[in-house]
Amino acid sequence: MADEPIISRGFRGRRVAAERQSRIPPGQYEERDFPVLSAGPTPHTPLSKWDFTLRAVDGATAKWTWDELQALRHETITRDIHCVTKWTKLDTTWEGISVDTLIAAAAAHGVKTAPFIVAYSDGGYTTNLPLDDVTGGKAWIAFAYDGKPLHPEHGGPARLLVPHLYFWKSAKWVRGIQFTAHNEPGFWEVNGYHDRGDPWREQRYTGDP
Amino acid sequence: MTDGSDVAPSVARPRRIEWRAASVRQVIRETAHAKTLVMDVPGWPGHAAGQHVDVRLTAEDGYQAQRSYSIASAPSRSSLAITIERLDDGEVSPYLTDALGIGDRLELRGPIGGYFVWEPSLGGPLFLVAGGSGIVPLMAMLRTRATSPAAARASTPATLLYSSRSWEDVIYRDEVVALAGDPGVKVFQTLTRSQPPGWTGFTRRLDADMLTEVAPAPSLRPHIYICGPTALVETAAQMLVELGHEPARVRTERFGPTG
Repeated sequence: MADEPIISRGFRGRRVAAERQSRIPPGQYEERDFPVLSAGPTPHTPLSKWDFTLRAVDGATAKWTWDELQALRHETITRDIHCVTKWTKLDTTWEGISVDTLIAAAAAHGVKTAPFIVAYSDGGYTTNLPLDDVTGGKAWIAFAYDGKPLHPEHGGPARLLVPHLYFWKSAKWVRGIQFTAHNEPGFWEVNGYHDRGDPWREQRYTGDP
Repeated sequence: MTDGSDVAPSVARPRRIEWRAASVRQVIRETAHAKTLVMDVPGWPGHAAGQHVDVRLTAEDGYQAQRSYSIASAPSRSSLAITIERLDDGEVSPYLTDALGIGDRLELRGPIGGYFVWEPSLGGPLFLVAGGSGIVPLMAMLRTRATSPAAARASTPATLLYSSRSWEDVIYRDEVVALAGDPGVKVFQTLTRSQPPGWTGFTRRLDADMLTEVAPAPSLRPHIYICGPTALVETAAQMLVELGHEPARVRTERFGPTG
């Protein structure tokens, strides 16, 4: 353990204007592009076969086809996003449906929430979140980025968007949300990454405070 | 910097991956744009091929920058190598490739990552597809395989398909050529922009014909690792799935070079 940081003589770094720097969490740098990261092949599910499910602990479900989902209230979301691989992108603009909206609609089908969720995706990806992190205007099912349909490389047709946490929580190719009574770690959460992933607390890896 | 000691531990809190002081033991010029830093890291716990480290630089006024780099070396206690591609407009890579010399120190933490990983116990066959500096974690896998006992090597055939722009851009060039001397390793290279006289390898970007020609048959259920620029990774992963490989056996790591 290095007690004092080691000074790299002659290293200047690339400083960002204070106004922007204040929006870049510790250990991150500003990226203008939109890098692609994923653990396996990009799935391609046609919209005609795509649906989205909310499933309660007791098995009650609410399910929407693509067209049914599109009929729900859309929101435009502009947020900064932070990838655990160190890049931060400011002012990204998305279109999607709030998870609050889905939960309210699912309640009519008898789908009750629970203290945790697991979001699951085509290709087998999963990620876990406390309910509090996806309700209260903090999470969306996003299907457009920068005014265009979300590209498959970036998670299209739809991805979870939870911009206040590291971006692996914003599951690409999302197909549903399972409510769970207990916390059930997802794909990266059992492969060395932090359970919650708050970029402002630099919760990158398992064991980070 | 917090060290977590102010946080009351909950049940069996896993240990934090600590920052460690590393000192540069050797600098290897791989290409005009890439260098390998071999570092002594006291207390390094060892790693698995495919894992990476976070590197942190601190300026004299306290400003810090972090980047992630794949580990290039086979697992070892107390030392490791990373290979850095220099990005001319990068924040960290020009310092690492141009300014650091033998005996210089820097901070790193790791090993990190539990999925894009190969350990000898996983066995083979191995099919490794690399583009540019995406070779780094795949070379760690081949180096790990090379340290295995002969019987383990024999039961783990490996195929490497490596795409570079030119012969001068081939990272670990001599070692890649020497790999082909192992009867259990097949090496295929493609040079997409220019080729030296007498070149007998591929001369085009990855395509389905190339993958059909060089990849182990899907019935052999190879473990597939693909690392490189997004376009190469997307193309190779999608084509391999279309050729009948199980998506769950295709592991990818996108490697936009990090500045």
